[in-house]
Amino acid sequence: MPTDRQLQQIVIVGAGVAGMRATETLRQNGYDGDLTIVGAERHGPYHRPPLSKKLLSGQVHRAGIDMAPQFDVDARVLRGASAVGLDLSARKVHVRDDGQNLPLSFDGLVIASGAEPRQWPGDPIPDGVLLLRTVEDCLAIRERLGSHPRVVVVGGGFIGAEVAATCRLMGLDVVLIEKAAGPLVHALGDELAPCWARLHREHGVDLRLGVGVDGFAGNGRVEGVRLTDGSQLPADVVVVGLGVTPATDWLADSGLRTDGGVVCDATGAVEGSTEDGSVVAAGDVARWWHPLYEQHLRIEHWDHAARQGAAAARTLLAGKDRAEPYDGLPYFWSDQYDLKIQMLGLTTNYDAFRIIEGDPSGWEFVAAYGRGGRTVAVVGTIPNRVHAYRAAISQRAEFPPPRPSG
Amino acid sequence: MKNQLKTSMKVSVDLDTCDGNGVCMSLCHEVFDVREDGLHLLQEQPSVELRGPLKAAEVSCPTQAIVVED
Repeated sequence: MPTDRQLQQIVIVGAGVAGMRATETLRQNGYDGDLTIVGAERHGPYHRPPLSKKLLSGQVHRAGIDMAPQFDVDARVLRGASAVGLDLSARKVHVRDDGQNLPLSFDGLVIASGAEPRQWPGDPIPDGVLLLRTVEDCLAIRERLGSHPRVVVVGGGFIGAEVAATCRLMGLDVVLIEKAAGPLVHALGDELAPCWARLHREHGVDLRLGVGVDGFAGNGRVEGVRLTDGSQLPADVVVVGLGVTPATDWLADSGLRTDGGVVCDATGAVEGSTEDGSVVAAGDVARWWHPLYEQHLRIEHWDHAARQGAAAARTLLAGKDRAEPYDGLPYFWSDQYDLKIQMLGLTTNYDAFRIIEGDPSGWEFVAAYGRGGRTVAVVGTIPNRVHAYRAAISQRAEFPPPRPSG
Repeated sequence: MKNQLKTSMKVSVDLDTCDGNGVCMSLCHEVFDVREDGLHLLQEQPSVELRGPLKAAEVSCPTQAIVVED
């Protein structure tokens, strides 16, 4: 690939999958200048998907989720360090490392600082109310699950639903609380809400729908969860899964637009940063223009972060004029009980829905989502069947899409 | 074969570890195909031209099921 720019000092903020893929792509494409990675966590990169699944249940060990075995990257890596500011005119990232302020000069910057879990907004939070984002979070929850606690999961998004499923597989009593009409509604819509509700209830989850959480009971240590309908549930461990927000606090004074993520063009160049595309962003923190969906999208998928990190690195090397847009289809999976739910494309603002293969009552189906008469996403539980619809989505096929062979 | 540039790589997958998540397929569909019955390796000795996507798949596989050798 063309590297017509002479970058010498690239800084990557973030050592998750997007940052690591960016690092690797830079080196693979011949970048031989300085490379500094600023990682907020104290250990090497690891795979996040197992945190709500097999690492939580203990089916895999801590070492089994490391990305490090395959990584031997020629870079200076700061761990437990956080970016605290960005000065675009001076081209410096301000980093806090071990209590010291460290300014890092750059001529190329990759913003891959990820996202942070939404905290419970209320009063002092008693011990035993936990979030799940990092490997430490996961191991802290796992440790408490060992004493056979009563578990309450707040929020029926993917993380909440996966944690509930994992706890049931471990034989624990689980209550799952979701304000909407069913789990996964935010991502997969109302039509399938009864299907996911039945999935969890058939596996023994005490599912409370259409009700919110008012607060927590317990002095020091959590004893219960107060619901908005006035009732109270006993609880020894509460896992709060209210989604994530992009980690953009450190960019507050940078002059960059950070509403709902760092806004980028289709190549990953950060809008309003530099003329030459020397600041790019990728992963959970980034809101890229997606050529297919014709809007800025912030996508929190593992697979997307991996591919976007590489694309952002290529943009950095090519320069803004030669950079190529990235239009990869969002792909996502979620393991719950013995189902693997897979999604290809994006359901945002869909206006049509149809089951196009199988039947949710038998747990094996594919559903299509449409918008403006075109197919925008498929969701399925027949293993890997969604991939057969890749062409239909990327070519904006008429909705509903024809059934592909094979 | 001495002094000759290597033109292919070697790919292997631990099917016991593979969860069929399909990340590899989205990174390198020339080599990885996940179907209803699981993962299929379309080529065991793909061209070195695919090194980038292959390494991406190796690193990004959330179950560490893929090994790519030069």
